[in-house]
Order: sequence, then structure tokens, then C-alpha cells
Amino acid sequence: MTDTAALMPRQRDKHPVPYWPDYKTSVTRSPSLPLLSMESTVSEETGPRFGHSLIGELDNNLILNYTQGTAPAVGERIRVHGRVLDETGRAVPNTLVEIWQANAGGRYRHVKDTYFAPLDPNFGGCGRTLTDETGYYEFMTIRPGAYPWPNRANDWRPMHIHFSIFGHAFGQRLISQMYFEGDPLIDRCPIAATIRDRGQLERLVAPLDMQGSRPLDYLAYKFDIVLRGRRQTMFENKPEGM
Amino acid sequence: MVQALDLLTETPSQTAGPYVHIGCIPSFAGVEGIYPQDLGLSPIAEGAKGEVITITGSVFDGTGWAMRDAMLESWQADAAGLYPGQAGADPAVSGFCRFAADKESGEFTLRTVKPGAVTGRGGVRMAPHISLWIVARGVNIGLNTRIYFEDEENDGDPLLARIEQRPRVETLIASKTGEGAYRFDIRLQGEGETVFLDL
Ligand SMILES: [Fe+3]
Repeated sequence: MTDTAALMPRQRDKHPVPYWPDYKTSVTRSPSLPLLSMESTVSEETGPRFGHSLIGELDNNLILNYTQGTAPAVGERIRVHGRVLDETGRAVPNTLVEIWQANAGGRYRHVKDTYFAPLDPNFGGCGRTLTDETGYYEFMTIRPGAYPWPNRANDWRPMHIHFSIFGHAFGQRLISQMYFEGDPLIDRCPIAATIRDRGQLERLVAPLDMQGSRPLDYLAYKFDIVLRGRRQTMFENKPEGM
Repeated sequence: MVQALDLLTETPSQTAGPYVHIGCIPSFAGVEGIYPQDLGLSPIAEGAKGEVITITGSVFDGTGWAMRDAMLESWQADAAGLYPGQAGADPAVSGFCRFAADKESGEFTLRTVKPGAVTGRGGVRMAPHISLWIVARGVNIGLNTRIYFEDEENDGDPLLARIEQRPRVETLIASKTGEGAYRFDIRLQGEGETVFLDL
């Protein structure tokens, strides 16, 4: 039997609170009893792995992937890039990163989205990639529009890109959102406000990265992601899967 | 002052929102043509060893409503209790599945092989189980739980043994409804609230 290294416990106070009345849907969807906490087991320390054969050439290019490269999506062209690390600072290589987002007008390609902004016939709204050996990933996309949503009388989501990251262990699984530097809607958003630790919220705000941009082509935003780390110890089992 | 610990902090979660399907199972959301097929359609391929089973259930919110927008992921060992990547694991078991509550009924179905008992740290036997991760609009951080089986030997399982209120153990045990068929409902809040895990 392979022994795997235990995951560092999740710091729940660094995450959003599950129950947040200003985000109305959370009221009936947040557990009211405490979670059962214990050390991770092999069931959480292992996880699905995906190979490079999964990824198509345009999968990480949301400007082109919906039309297979035949017609670009409307919007401000941006590159979103960064690294996936774990809490010990190690790169997480070859891990799947998936994103989804609204189009430039703030509309999703989804039957439930009935916002007035038009669909873009050339924009699907999802992409995926694997990090390289150094944990680095990048996407080309368009800047998503802010959009209103039914919650309190006049709530708007700031511009955001949804991120889904696997890591190498099922217990590292994470879904989050990337916001954009300077967006005044972040501080008015009840979903962003579920993260009570200001420093933690700021980690979801990607800075404009002029050095990563390309003149006369696209702006860049840098978004690094940190997943749970594994306990490093000489005394019980050797670290594995790094 | 003391030395810095040099540890990073995990990126905070945010809700998967109502459109998680676009990103994770795009053809379910009607977004076709970007990928050849959705990821994680089945945890088993043809020829997987063991008993093929079907687990059906719903994710209920605190009002008793079967949520229509929940997305779930499962991770499990093969019939011999080995996880993919471990020496000797069944190559026909990927162990990973993504599935969603039905848009009309709120019911999900997971078709897989029944996992074997897993040997954990220190040789401890863990009763056969499937790990689950549940995300949805209004769920600010994904919820972890496990599916155990009523027709397996669950006594002595270290996780079930940690549940102080014994009636709550039942929330983690799928009931057998027929040959190879099980029912597993998840209740996010209130009466019969599922035991959610932090491990
Ligand atoms: Fe969104």
C-alpha cells in the first residue's frame, strides 16, 4: 500500500463564511452543524490526474475556441496567466485549470441567463489548460462584462472569471473567482463579501500586468493560485506526488 | 520578532455560481463544440472489475427543495480498494466522475463499480466508500462528504467512528433499493443534515 503525505488542515477562517444573509441563496444552502474534522486519509490525498492528450490546441483560448479558430469573440482582448502553487511554495505541475465566464456584455451562454446583453455568436465562455512543469498556466480571453443578478434590489457582479483547480489530491479541489484590479463593484458585491478576511479577498483581485501584455494586442492580468499543501515530515512517510 | 514560517495560505474559495456547468460540463449547459466530450463522464471503462452499481439521490436545501443546479464530483478506489495510480490498481477504473442534478427533477445518478475497503495510514481498514464534493450557487466553499453502503461492514471505520451523535452516521450510508441500486440523499441544512467533512 502506498502511503501518501497528509494534507495540511484547511484554514476555514481564510475562506468565505458559508452563511451570509446578504448573499441570499447561501441562507438555505449552508450547513448549520459543524463539519467533522480529522486528518486526511488516502481518499483525500489521492486524486484524478489528467494528461496532456486531453487538451486541444485552442482549449485555453476563449477568443477562438468556440468557433474553432474561424472567428474571434467580441471584447477587450486579455491574457490571464499565473502559477499554481501549494502552501509550501512548491509548484503544482500538470494540473487541470478550467475557467468559465460571461461575454463582454456580461451575458452567459446559458438558458437560465436572460440578461438583456446579447449573446456573442463567437463566444462560448469556457476554457481549460494544464499547468506546465513549473506550475505555470495561461489563457487568452476577453474581459467579461459586469452583470446584474437577482439578490438584493440592485446587486451587480464585478467583472470576474470563475476558476476550477484540481491539484493532485481530491482534498485540494478548489473553485474560486478572479476579479480585476480597480473594479469598484468588488466592494459592493455580497459574494465577494463572504470572504471576511480582507487580505484574502485581495488575493482574488488580479493586478494589471503591463509587462505581461503585448503592445497593440492584449492586456495581461496575473493570477496566482495556492492550493493546500502536504505536511512534510521525515518521521512518518515520505512526501509523494510532488 | 521570530523567523517567518515561509508558508503560503490557500486561495479562498468562492461559490461555483449558477453557471458552473458551462465550465465543468459544458454540453450539459448547451455549450457544444469546444471539447470533444465533457470531462469525467464515467469513473469506469469497459471491463472494470467488480459489481456495477447505480447510486441515485438528490441534494436538498434547508427548505427541503431538491436543488436543480448542484454539481457533484466523486472519487473512489477500485473493487480491490486501490486508488488509480497505486500499484496494481484496475486500469479500467479512473475513479473520478462529474455529474449534475437533473434540471427537471433535481435527481442525480452515479453509475460505477462498488469500491473495496481501503487500507489507510497505519494499516487501518476504511469501509468501502466514495468521496463526494458538492458545489452549487449559494455554496461558498465546496462541501465534502462520503457515501458508505448499508450492506457493507461499516463497524470500525475510523471516520464513521468519529461521529458522536450515532443517528447522524445514517446520513453517510446509502440504502439499498434493489440489485446493484442504492439511494443516497444529501441534506445541506436542518433536519437530517448530512455530515460534511473537513479532512
Ligand atoms: Fe459569474
